[in-house]
Amino acid sequence: MEWLIALAIGVMTACGVFLTLRPHTFSVVLGLTLLAYAVNVFLFAMGRLTIGQPVVIDATATGYADPLPQALVLTAIVIAFGMTAFLIVLALKARSELGNDHVDGLHISNKKNGARR
Amino acid sequence: MSFLSVNLPLVALLPFFGAPLAAFAARYHRLASAWTAGLVTILSLLFLLPSARFPFNGDTLIQSWDWIPAAGLEFAFRLDGLALLFALLILVIGLLIVIYARYYLSDRDSMGRFFAYLLMFMGSMLGIVLSENLIQLLVFWELTSLTSFLLISYWQHRQDARQGARMALAITGAGGLALLAGILLIGHVVGSFNLTDVLAAGDEIRAHSLYLPILLLILLGVFTKSAQFPFHFWLPHAMAAPTPVSAYLHSATMVKAGIFLLARLFPALSGTTEWMWLVGGAGLLTLILGAYTALVKHDLKGLLAYSTLSHLGLITLLFGFSTPMATVAAIFHIINHATFKASLFMVAGIIDHETGTRDMRRLNGLLKYMPHTAVLAMIAAAAMAGVPLLNGFLSKEMFFEQAVLASDTSMITWAIPVLVTLAAAFSVAYSIRFIHDVFFNGEAKDLPKTPHEPPRFMKIPVDLLVVLCLVVGIAPMLVAGPILAVAVSGSLQTATPDFSIALWHGFNLPLLMSVIAMAAGVWLYWQRQIIYRLHEQLNERFDGKAVFDRLLSQINGFAAMITRRFDKGSLQHAALWIIGTAVLAGVIGFANQSAPLFGERALLPIDAISLMLVTGLIIASVLTAVLHRQRLVALITIGVVGLIVALGFVKFSAPDLALTQLSIEIVTIVLLLLALFFLPQLAPAESDKTRLWRDGGIALLAGGAVSVLAMAVLSRDFMPISGFFIENSVPGGGGTNVVNVILVDFRGFDTLGEIVVLALAGLGIFAMMRGLKLPAPKLDFSGRDWSNDPHPPIMQTLTRLLFPLMLMVAVFIFLRGHNLPGGGFIAGLIASVALIAQYLANGIDWTSDRLRFDMHKVIGFGLLIAVMTGVVAMMLGYPFLTSAFTYLYWPVVGKFEVASAIAFDIGVFLVVVGATVMILVQLGKLTHEANHRQQQEQK
Repeated sequence: MEWLIALAIGVMTACGVFLTLRPHTFSVVLGLTLLAYAVNVFLFAMGRLTIGQPVVIDATATGYADPLPQALVLTAIVIAFGMTAFLIVLALKARSELGNDHVDGLHISNKKNGARR
Repeated sequence: MSFLSVNLPLVALLPFFGAPLAAFAARYHRLASAWTAGLVTILSLLFLLPSARFPFNGDTLIQSWDWIPAAGLEFAFRLDGLALLFALLILVIGLLIVIYARYYLSDRDSMGRFFAYLLMFMGSMLGIVLSENLIQLLVFWELTSLTSFLLISYWQHRQDARQGARMALAITGAGGLALLAGILLIGHVVGSFNLTDVLAAGDEIRAHSLYLPILLLILLGVFTKSAQFPFHFWLPHAMAAPTPVSAYLHSATMVKAGIFLLARLFPALSGTTEWMWLVGGAGLLTLILGAYTALVKHDLKGLLAYSTLSHLGLITLLFGFSTPMATVAAIFHIINHATFKASLFMVAGIIDHETGTRDMRRLNGLLKYMPHTAVLAMIAAAAMAGVPLLNGFLSKEMFFEQAVLASDTSMITWAIPVLVTLAAAFSVAYSIRFIHDVFFNGEAKDLPKTPHEPPRFMKIPVDLLVVLCLVVGIAPMLVAGPILAVAVSGSLQTATPDFSIALWHGFNLPLLMSVIAMAAGVWLYWQRQIIYRLHEQLNERFDGKAVFDRLLSQINGFAAMITRRFDKGSLQHAALWIIGTAVLAGVIGFANQSAPLFGERALLPIDAISLMLVTGLIIASVLTAVLHRQRLVALITIGVVGLIVALGFVKFSAPDLALTQLSIEIVTIVLLLLALFFLPQLAPAESDKTRLWRDGGIALLAGGAVSVLAMAVLSRDFMPISGFFIENSVPGGGGTNVVNVILVDFRGFDTLGEIVVLALAGLGIFAMMRGLKLPAPKLDFSGRDWSNDPHPPIMQTLTRLLFPLMLMVAVFIFLRGHNLPGGGFIAGLIASVALIAQYLANGIDWTSDRLRFDMHKVIGFGLLIAVMTGVVAMMLGYPFLTSAFTYLYWPVVGKFEVASAIAFDIGVFLVVVGATVMILVQLGKLTHEANHRQQQEQK
């Protein structure tokens, strides 16, 4: 099972990195969102994988998962949303100000004739 | 707590408090800032004077508070004789400068800015001289560099002012770094940064193997600040400052800070051969170079600048002699130089002010226009030349005596008396020039203004200083003796040697040297045209500024080259560097690891459902990457990834995370959909295929590395620190849901930080969207018109019916959060989804009419509640955010727990709802307005 999770984290990271390096704002936002998933799962996995033992104190429980990574990841998920929202609005602002959605504020088509920066 | 245990920090800090006041006062009246500055200075002086009796009784007053004790940092002030003398010089001359500047500055100059800078500078200087802790001294030292930069560049429109200020900052700033290193080494050797310990450990420091590095580093700081050779060249360029600034910085303060440090650390560092050669050598060279250059400068302030260099060299040389009597002479000359040089600078400022020029080739015969000023100038210049009956004569005699004494010590040093006499001759010559060229020597040539006497109060500071020169010159022991004695004992940290300063010491060698210097000076002045010609041939061959500028432009060029290499103005490029570096760092980490890659932990078995889901996640991720140009499709696939992640949290015992992830997923997708409306639905294909391959390679490398890293961790056993939280969750936090208890109780402060970030993101988005106008695309990505249907009625009805139900779920999730999966974050998200669903189904107008909350206030209110729970705990005497809980018995419900953490969780809830709804509704409004505009255009 651990192999599966490690693989999933790796694939999400790889796709996230690839998208982050793309030249258009929307792809970058998607890429960072994927990276955020990967990072959250990675952090969560630092508490090791536990099945069927939620951290709710109960006299009959035989053991508990690690609550600390869970608490960290919970806020990380919310913050990641805040970041995604900020980025996408930044992208919209850039489009409104610069007239295109290239990450560097220029379009491939108008690169030749002196792009607006 | 008595006044005398807190007054020293106030003396130094008052000017800092006064600075904004002075700037503020200028709004109401031009002169109000001058009054403020004057009153602050007087107040500071009044705070200082009561403790003056300590040094006079032979005590050192120390006032200290812990700052960062672990780093040896104390907020500590000391007042001994040396500190008292300097503080008095700074404050008294500062006060005179304030009066003078009030008349000097013209209507176009901003008074508020000037006096604010001046006060900050004054405070920094006072901080240096009153510091007990060396690190604290350095902080003030750097502050003088910064504030003097502001003062020198006060006339920002002038290029020479900007350049001069930058040079002063670069050189004194670099010196400050060296000084910091030197101080850290001293702290290392002595084991304390407190002057009391350092000054007592002189033998230890001198015997230590680090003595030479310490000395070099400290002297670098001193020489750059006091403009000693070879760092002297910044000072003449700093003359671009307004004259009151020059008068202050170069008579009593800035450049004297270096001298002060020499005097201050004298017991700790002096007395060795290295000290004598380095300090004495730099002093002697500066003395001669400055005196010679001062004669050949045609600019009045240039003359004074180089003469300042020369006199600073003289004082440095005296400290280099390393004897107690030389220290007496040095400190005496510090007082004298401050008085006559400040008055001369002020005279130069008056002349500049009233004639419009400072060029001595044009200024002649001013005696008949401004007789009063001329008399003042003559007395002050005579003091500078060392004419009997004036203070300059006395310290110069003492200086000659020390030079003669020093020449006994070895064979080479016979040159010292000869060289200092030569320098004195030049100083006589340039002093004569200051008088003769300006006030006599024929008629003035094409002056920009008709000269006349300045306003009465502009002369009063000069009057006072000149009277001081005379009084000290005539009755030295009476006027200057007591303060000199305590200052010397403060510097030496021992009893002051017996000294007697008198006008007449009988016929001796120093007197002969004085006579020779006078005669030679007159002759030099008479022959000055020859010297000018010689100087012009040599001219600017050894120009410090040129070297500095060349060095600076080389450094700038180098920096620009590096920047060009790394920063091509492209985000893609920058991201590549960041990710590439991260991957490289990871690979290096793995490569240096000798342990086996994977551990021995027993792995969980794979089940079919998990396999299927992970396969789904991988396919969805890859599809997102591959199909990212079809944006709507990519959005759907990334949604699938998020949902599977949420399911994963369910599987691996994290119900809280699953709930959070699920609700966030909904919000995120709605958000991205709204944004997608304004962005092109399809991205163009990339022309650069090699870049695709390169990025793909890096992505695979990064993904592979992260996988291996994750597996390396997952296959190993570990010692969690979570046991504490699990054990204390119920007894300490009163809740059985450990994750929630950690969030709102154990790590409540972290959570507070997180919700602040979320609130800031929400507000930042709101700010960015103000005034944002984007055109709505006319057609969708398939080229069809947008649907004009109103909101679908079935969805409308259902969401309205569901709304109370959803809110109830939110309340339920919130209330049970402390004990079962749920809590403020999740409840907030569910409530947000409920609200957003209304907007989606019923439209912005309909919902806004019914939902009249201002989300800004909701966010603010939430933060307030969260902080208040912490503050209440503090007021009850517990640490910030300590929680308390108790159990109540309600009918029907039964035993019910009430925790103060619930209040904190309400804060979290409100911030989450406020931020999320505000973000989405703002974006929704944008769409709404864009559609609206378009419809109107179509009509």
